[in-house]
Amino acid sequence: MIERTPILNLATHLILAVGLVLILVPIWLAFVAATHDLQAVNSAPVEFWPGDQLWPNLKEAWALSDFGQKFVNSFIVAIGVVVGKITLACLTAFALVFFQFRGRMVIFWAIFITLMLPLEVRIVPTYAVAANALSPFQTIMDWTGISWLLNSLAGIEVSLEWNLLNSYTGLILPLVATATGTFLYRQFFLTIPDELVEAARMDGAGPLRFLWDILIPLSKTNIAALATIMFVYAWNQYLWPLLVVTDRANYGVVVVQLSDLVPDQLTTGGGTPTWHLAMAATMVVMLPPILIVIFMQRWFVRGLINTDK
Amino acid sequence: MAEIAIRNVTKTYGKTTIMQGVNLTIHNGEFVVILGPSGCGKSTLLRLIAGLEEITAGEIAIAGQVVNDLEPRERGCAMVFQNYALYPHMTVAENVGYALKVAGVPKAERMARVAETAKSVGLADFLDRKPGQLSGGQRQRVAMARAIIREPKVFLFDEPLSNLDAKLRVQMRHEIRRIHNQIKATSVFVTHDQHEGMTLADRLVVMNKGTIEQVGTPAEIYDRPASLYVAGFIGSPAMNFLPGQYSAARRAVVLEGGAVIGLPGDPGASDGQFVQLGIRPEHVALRAPGHGMIDARLEIVEDLGASRLWNLRIEDIPFSLITEARAHPPVGATTGLVLDLRHAHLFDGATGKRMETTLGALRAVPAQ
Repeated sequence: MIERTPILNLATHLILAVGLVLILVPIWLAFVAATHDLQAVNSAPVEFWPGDQLWPNLKEAWALSDFGQKFVNSFIVAIGVVVGKITLACLTAFALVFFQFRGRMVIFWAIFITLMLPLEVRIVPTYAVAANALSPFQTIMDWTGISWLLNSLAGIEVSLEWNLLNSYTGLILPLVATATGTFLYRQFFLTIPDELVEAARMDGAGPLRFLWDILIPLSKTNIAALATIMFVYAWNQYLWPLLVVTDRANYGVVVVQLSDLVPDQLTTGGGTPTWHLAMAATMVVMLPPILIVIFMQRWFVRGLINTDK
Repeated sequence: MAEIAIRNVTKTYGKTTIMQGVNLTIHNGEFVVILGPSGCGKSTLLRLIAGLEEITAGEIAIAGQVVNDLEPRERGCAMVFQNYALYPHMTVAENVGYALKVAGVPKAERMARVAETAKSVGLADFLDRKPGQLSGGQRQRVAMARAIIREPKVFLFDEPLSNLDAKLRVQMRHEIRRIHNQIKATSVFVTHDQHEGMTLADRLVVMNKGTIEQVGTPAEIYDRPASLYVAGFIGSPAMNFLPGQYSAARRAVVLEGGAVIGLPGDPGASDGQFVQLGIRPEHVALRAPGHGMIDARLEIVEDLGASRLWNLRIEDIPFSLITEARAHPPVGATTGLVLDLRHAHLFDGATGKRMETTLGALRAVPAQ
């Protein structure tokens, strides 16, 4: 739809501009704060132009937080979530769209409903499962009396245990098990014409061959979009890593570490708040997601609007 | 190359019956066109042969082997789809060669066969293009090449020409027939376009509501339609039907308006039986009002260039005729008509079946 409405055009551009300012000003202020020393950043009128202390601030913040290992951890978790999510979403949607089986819709809705239960909502049960990933099975066995049966017949005390706390698996798996990707893939797979599926069948391609040769190449843009979203999502996770990791030195991630730099009663103990370090660290932590988005942008947009046939 | 035997095939979806007890044998190397309106089950029949749908009851055998439980790839059929169904992310060469790739044919041999097949359908210069960069006709050729390269026993075409413009359609029609004459694989072609059916087919199969109405050569079906349905479906403009009662005493059909059409032979109908007299528009001649067998009122004259199509009404029954006369009488004018009864058809008014015993009497079959 193309309309010629100069006033409306002006208004929409104005809204765009305001939105841009709202988003950019805080980032600019963070950047400015990262370039000043302790005195300047705490002096009364807020500095609006960058100073010359960026590099020293970055070095100090990096050393203070031991960011080296944390960055490696964050990358492992983010990439693990991206790969796991794409694989899981793709296979689940493939099964849901291209195969007829009993309970297909029930399974779809069960997956769909988890969209309404983000990790933050179900964090306590998720933590319980992470503490012992086999506890649901234990519960089932206890309830159905299998444990009792085994105990009385064979004298075996059933006590399943698989601890995921303080591990990459524990950090990654709960973030992988969400419905967003599955839903995105399902919607894309539904747009694949039946005739294409049939042509592949006539050409002799089995289901896995069809998935690999046709569906995956066709969903490249979707993969890019999902990868971008999931990377940023996993990178920005705060609550879950905070909860599941007690061994910060080995498994801590940057976002949690960053919060330690933010001055409050505990960290400064009433001293001058070190905002310049917190902001310098923020700049570093922000960098990977921004680079990913810039790098993937072209694919990302195509994947979401889906005009590429 | 193979014979296809379809025995008593029924297809239902839940409680809806799509196809009821269809029997048909397609001979080795034959080009059969299945013709019918949308929803008559013709595509379903094709998909049952291909193995894309499961047969509810009955059996289908290809080259003597019952294929009910075989996967599409095991049946030796190749199919050309209406929307071409090309893989959008693959080049023409990859599209054409995909079946061979799946079958594990070595790359060198595959490329050689792709090049050869592409040449035979005039695609040699387009092998590196993607389907999105091709015109409709070229895509159609890719779809054909993809089918040909597998050297199938059976070719299946699912309305492959309906997405092309009129001129290209005629051109591709000739192309398909040429390719068939070359490779002589058994071919089944589904269409709703009777021109495609008439021009392509060795034998035509006319379907209606999930059953086969008539099987025969295009000439047989045009000259001796087995039922009212076939008679009305084949031929353009469509055949005229005049309902009436047979009068044994006068050996004539008494039309509802009272006009009496004397028949040249004995139709074998019983006295007072309700019948439909069918006559094609090209077998009607114009006379002055009152001087023909029957009078009609003119509604519209359509100029077709070489001839003119007159749309008339006899009482309230629509009636059309084709004439070369250039006269252009005013709308509402009355005109007399003479029916060439050697070319008339008589159908049982109740069952719609052709009255077979009448054929010899009513109709001089043209020498073929």
